[in-house]
Amino acid sequence: MNATDVFVPWLDADAKPMIEFSGVTKNYGDFTAIDNIDLKIFPREFFALLGPSGCGKTTMMRMLGGFENVTKGTITIDGQDMKGVPANKRAVNMMFQSYALFPHLSVADNLAFGLKRSEMPKSEIKGRVDEMLRLVQLGKFASRKPHQLSGGQRQRVALARALAKAPKLLLLDEPLGALDKKLRQETQFELMDIQEKTGTTFVIVTHDQEEAMTMASRIAVMDHGKLVQVDTPDRIYEAPNSVYVADFIGDVNIIEGRIAKADGEAAELAWAEGHSPIRGMSGAGVSSGQGGAFAIRPEKIVIGTEEPTDVHNRISGEVEDIAYLGNISTYYVRLENGALVKSQTANTRRIARRGITWNDKVWLSWTDTAGIVLAG
Amino acid sequence: MRKFTWFNAVSLTFGFAFLYIPMIILIVYSFNESKLVTVWAGFSTKWYGELLQNEAFLDAAWVTVKVATISSTIATVLGTMAAFVLVRGGRFFGRTLFSGMIYAPLVMPEVITGLSLLLLFISVGLDRGVTTIVLAHATFSMCFVSVVVSSRMVTFDKSLEEAAMDLGCTPWDAFRSVTLPIIAPAVISGWLLAFTLSLDDLVIASFTSGPAATTLPIKIFSAVRLGVSPEINALSTIIIAFVTIGVLTASISTKRAISRQKRDEQMAQQ
Amino acid sequence: MNLARRLLIGVPYLWLFALFLVPFLIVLKISMSDYAISIPPYTPTLDLSEGWAGFRVFWAALDFENYVFLTSDDLYWKAYLSSLQIAALATFFTLLIGFPIAYAMANAPDEWRPSLMMLVILPFWTSFLIRVYAWIGILSNEGFLNQILMWTGLVSEPLVILNTNTAVYIGIVYTYLPFMILPIYSTLEKLDGSLLEAAQDLGCTKIGAFWSVTVHLAKPGVIAGCFLVFIPALGEFVIPSLLGGSKTLMIGKVLWEEFFSNRDWPVASAVAIILLLILIIPIVLFQRNEQKQREADQ
Repeated sequence: MNATDVFVPWLDADAKPMIEFSGVTKNYGDFTAIDNIDLKIFPREFFALLGPSGCGKTTMMRMLGGFENVTKGTITIDGQDMKGVPANKRAVNMMFQSYALFPHLSVADNLAFGLKRSEMPKSEIKGRVDEMLRLVQLGKFASRKPHQLSGGQRQRVALARALAKAPKLLLLDEPLGALDKKLRQETQFELMDIQEKTGTTFVIVTHDQEEAMTMASRIAVMDHGKLVQVDTPDRIYEAPNSVYVADFIGDVNIIEGRIAKADGEAAELAWAEGHSPIRGMSGAGVSSGQGGAFAIRPEKIVIGTEEPTDVHNRISGEVEDIAYLGNISTYYVRLENGALVKSQTANTRRIARRGITWNDKVWLSWTDTAGIVLAG
Repeated sequence: MRKFTWFNAVSLTFGFAFLYIPMIILIVYSFNESKLVTVWAGFSTKWYGELLQNEAFLDAAWVTVKVATISSTIATVLGTMAAFVLVRGGRFFGRTLFSGMIYAPLVMPEVITGLSLLLLFISVGLDRGVTTIVLAHATFSMCFVSVVVSSRMVTFDKSLEEAAMDLGCTPWDAFRSVTLPIIAPAVISGWLLAFTLSLDDLVIASFTSGPAATTLPIKIFSAVRLGVSPEINALSTIIIAFVTIGVLTASISTKRAISRQKRDEQMAQQ
Repeated sequence: MNLARRLLIGVPYLWLFALFLVPFLIVLKISMSDYAISIPPYTPTLDLSEGWAGFRVFWAALDFENYVFLTSDDLYWKAYLSSLQIAALATFFTLLIGFPIAYAMANAPDEWRPSLMMLVILPFWTSFLIRVYAWIGILSNEGFLNQILMWTGLVSEPLVILNTNTAVYIGIVYTYLPFMILPIYSTLEKLDGSLLEAAQDLGCTKIGAFWSVTVHLAKPGVIAGCFLVFIPALGEFVIPSLLGGSKTLMIGKVLWEEFFSNRDWPVASAVAIILLLILIIPIVLFQRNEQKQREADQ
């Protein structure tokens, strides 16, 4: 594959962003919901705003939709300043968390609602509605009312209604939040498929990191009105820039200590008296002598009964608990200094063949690039 | 769990007997042949006939219906606006006074409401008649309407309006095509409440009506003061019949709508 | 947008201001004026053409004479006291009758409840006047009740009930019963049956459990119901004037007579103002109860 085929407009200094936040701040009275944010989102991106509730992600989206005013700074969409442009004058559509389907209108009338208020001639509306019904596979349900649909069908109507006007930008507020887990996974792929087919830029708000990881081209992790890290899913997972991000995305072991060495790509963390420092990749802003933390995913830690000799990073401990999850098992290992470390192993063998059990003395080991040393 | 005991059955029987027997007696005696309301002298519908001949009653009935229709319509418009202001108005100067003025008439004794409005109409030199009764009724029933509508507004999902605007509606268009159809049942029951309150009202109408306009309750009241009369029994029966039919129709149709909705929802899950 | 918002707030605001607040202020003003044989039958009237001087003359003529008069004539304070007593006792009787009905409704099978609710609400939509009137035929000397009592031989002479305070009590209980039943029912309906079982499991007797769980949890509904009966009963006019006798003293009736028969508007206004002052206490208590319940629901 050729480098130009990969979709990475954020690495291209010349690429024109679709959305640009510059110095955007939003206050509600004394409370700062959004704190001086700069962000560029590019055409055709599937961009996820991720964070715990109250982090400001919904406010970001509502400012794009035109439902909240910006206190300070500017938001431009396609180069046009959005200040003072009301929601009904924006080429932006939103899929609401509650779906906000009009209960008194049929599915077809819900889909036609926005088209009737656009410049589209009446004769074309029906065709467009049919096209949208086909897109979300709801042709049979055109004349039903929203309460006659299941949760998954309602979700698809909401999506189709928001896409009917062919907006440049689609905002999705927790689009899968109301679905059960199985349906959610199926729908994730459907959403990605539709995004690709229509070529619309998607901005999605979610608190579910798995959802963001699966669908997004880039993820912005937010906390207290600030962007903590904006990056691709794999970078967010493999190279978090802070303990907050490492902890928020997926399962992680955090070992605190003091940075012993930092040169370029690699760094070392002194974590306990009498043990050699842990070696890992170097995170952003790490410098020798300051406090720091080592973050490593449980699945990257190898557990064994004998001391490995070929790796630098190895610690001994005692198995305190085992969580058997079917496909994988998680071992909770108590280290000599009292810290608890999780190690995850895929159960490729039958359960009876597993060699490790409660109170066994075990060795944990990992390679020099498996974890990352972060600034405290 | 809950058990329906003998004691419960007895309370219900006596309770509903207490509530309904007086009205049943009234209805039965409206078909009494005799003018003496306490002596049964055989079945007859003659009092209904006489009632229909009684011009004064018919005139009063017409005035009452006219007043009720106009005043409840005004009350519904104003009350719905007030409900929006209460639920969505945000902060504005005099908000506390505003909600006070909405809730105070609900607990104000009718004699005081009537007295105060009469004194107002006199001091501005407005002749008492249909207009003044309409103004009075619209004022106190708009407060009831606004309570009914605002209790629906509180549970209204605001994102429906946002969705409408997101899809290109102006705020007014969003109200007309989304909000109003959805809250319509509450607005209609507000109107019905206002209409009934106006039909029923004796005290406020007595203060604010003039010789030119007499409402049915005023007429009934002055007749009743002289004692029981079979004509009034007949009139009461007609009113009770109307109300019963109205309430029954309304409750059966809501019940049907609810069960249809439930069935649809169950089907949708399958 | 801003114009729309201003209209939305302004129209109902001005309407209520002109037709609720201003009339009330007029009552307040007239209550401090003097009775006069003229049209309108009081002085002073504000003469706006004389400007500020006119206003000062007008202001100087206002006094509390009518209020002083109300305290000196024992008719009025007796009427207030008797209204309070009648309203309070009638509320108590309504509670006594209403609670078992609400309790039975809450215990009734699910499929009965909508119909039972409707049976309670139906009288509320029926004309108040007619429901009071229905009792005249029942309570009069040759009325339905006396006919039954005489026929069964329980009494040999007709009981005099109509035009006494007893008839007023019956009238209030009857007409306001739905207002008592509905709030109590709505609190009892929400009551979780397992709470009673838990109380019994923890050693309560059945009656003990009823008292400490059901009655206790129904308290907000009981309080709301009592105020919903007490407040309107206090200013009631129709019931005392149709069912009560010449000895029945209720302030609503006194006000009416003062206004229509004696044509003493200033005194009638003062009577109204005092009635409102008395009503403020239960209204504030009622509001507080509602507030508490709303907070508890959240």
